[in-house]
Amino acid sequence: MPDFGFSIKKTRSESIDNGSKQKYEELVRRVPSFKRCFQCGCCTATCSARQFSDFNIRRMHTLFRRGDADGLSEQLKKCMLCGKCTLVCPRGVNIRQLVISMRTILDNGEKK
Amino acid sequence: MKKVAIIGAGPAGIEAASVLARAGVPVTVFEKSSDSLSNLRDKSFLFPNFQPSPELVDEFSGKLQADNITVRHGSCITELKWKGTSWELVCNGSQNLVFDAVLIATGYRTFDASRKEELGYGIYKGVITSLEMEQMIKSGSIPNANGDIPQRIAFLQCVGSRDEKSGNNYCSKVCCVTAVKQAIEVRKILPKTELTIFYMDLRMWGQGFEEMYRTAQEKYGIDFIRGRISEAASTFDGRIQIKTEDTLLGLPMKASVDLLVLMVGMEASDGTRTVGRSCDICGEYGFIRTLNPHLYDNETDRPGLFAAGSCKRPMSINDSVNDGRSAATVIREYLDQLSEN
Repeated sequence: MPDFGFSIKKTRSESIDNGSKQKYEELVRRVPSFKRCFQCGCCTATCSARQFSDFNIRRMHTLFRRGDADGLSEQLKKCMLCGKCTLVCPRGVNIRQLVISMRTILDNGEKK
Repeated sequence: MKKVAIIGAGPAGIEAASVLARAGVPVTVFEKSSDSLSNLRDKSFLFPNFQPSPELVDEFSGKLQADNITVRHGSCITELKWKGTSWELVCNGSQNLVFDAVLIATGYRTFDASRKEELGYGIYKGVITSLEMEQMIKSGSIPNANGDIPQRIAFLQCVGSRDEKSGNNYCSKVCCVTAVKQAIEVRKILPKTELTIFYMDLRMWGQGFEEMYRTAQEKYGIDFIRGRISEAASTFDGRIQIKTEDTLLGLPMKASVDLLVLMVGMEASDGTRTVGRSCDICGEYGFIRTLNPHLYDNETDRPGLFAAGSCKRPMSINDSVNDGRSAATVIREYLDQLSEN
């Protein structure tokens, strides 16, 4: 392709066309209660790690749901697994287990 | 002459009684309290037209004055027994009375907010329920815990509804619009107080509700933040610190407020549970189970036993009135069939 002196930037919009459902499906297989999340933000509001870092568990699992889990494995290390999120969740999602499973799924992906 | 018993003197029960009485059917209304319409009496103004609740109380009370209606206050129905062609009601544990048809209109109770301990109700003075806010609006004075003018008031939706932890997965339906209504009423009393409604979804399902929401934003300067408050704690100066996530920004949020109003959901009342259990028509969450939600929503699977109003599910006042009216029609058809046979 000839060099026109400029490049086309990768789009910054979220795309559910390109996102992979595979990791999300693996996640809900491990933690079925995750399907019930209705994005109220109680988990993030009460999160201990969030008080000291930019860790946002609700946003993170939403990204996972959209198939955009790249780069989350560094973020997930910030979770201290205190489990307060699970206590306050009004939909009874096992969020603590969710974090552990997200870590496992992402680590397995990286090993391959 | 066929006789009908109505259990519960609320909007649904009274409306049904009034329609039946006008058609010449003798009706006995059993009310466990010493006064009818106790839930309605707790309200200040009613959505969506801001009608003062005493006006409605007066009108309903007038309807009960009809010749064919006997009202028995202080009468608690503890048991219902099917006697082949009629129902026997056990009143106050001793008296047994027989009726051809029974309408259950035993209504709702509000969720006990102290069950959500993390929200601090019953622990901190600044945390109140929507019911207490109704009383404050009614009295025209809305003080903070120290008796001063509040600088900021937060309303939290879905307390005891849409909540697996309290066993109530259902939506209570009326709290969204009630919070908007209360915020508007509070604004009329406190022109300078910051008013914020914390919501997850605003379900403005009824006529005029969406317009109220719009007016609340446009005319009354009420703020809406999408996020559920997960914790409330006291600050050193007696205010309430709340924690939530502003889910639209994706940022956690801390705020101190003078009053945190918990919009408590509707649950099946104790009477609804007792009656439902007694005749085996207890549905989900203790509400009365009807035969079919589309076509047979006043009928139960027992003959001669009908249900109307918020004993079936959370319902607004106008829906309860309509439901009472529809139950009256169904009961008349049932009585006609009895007479033919």
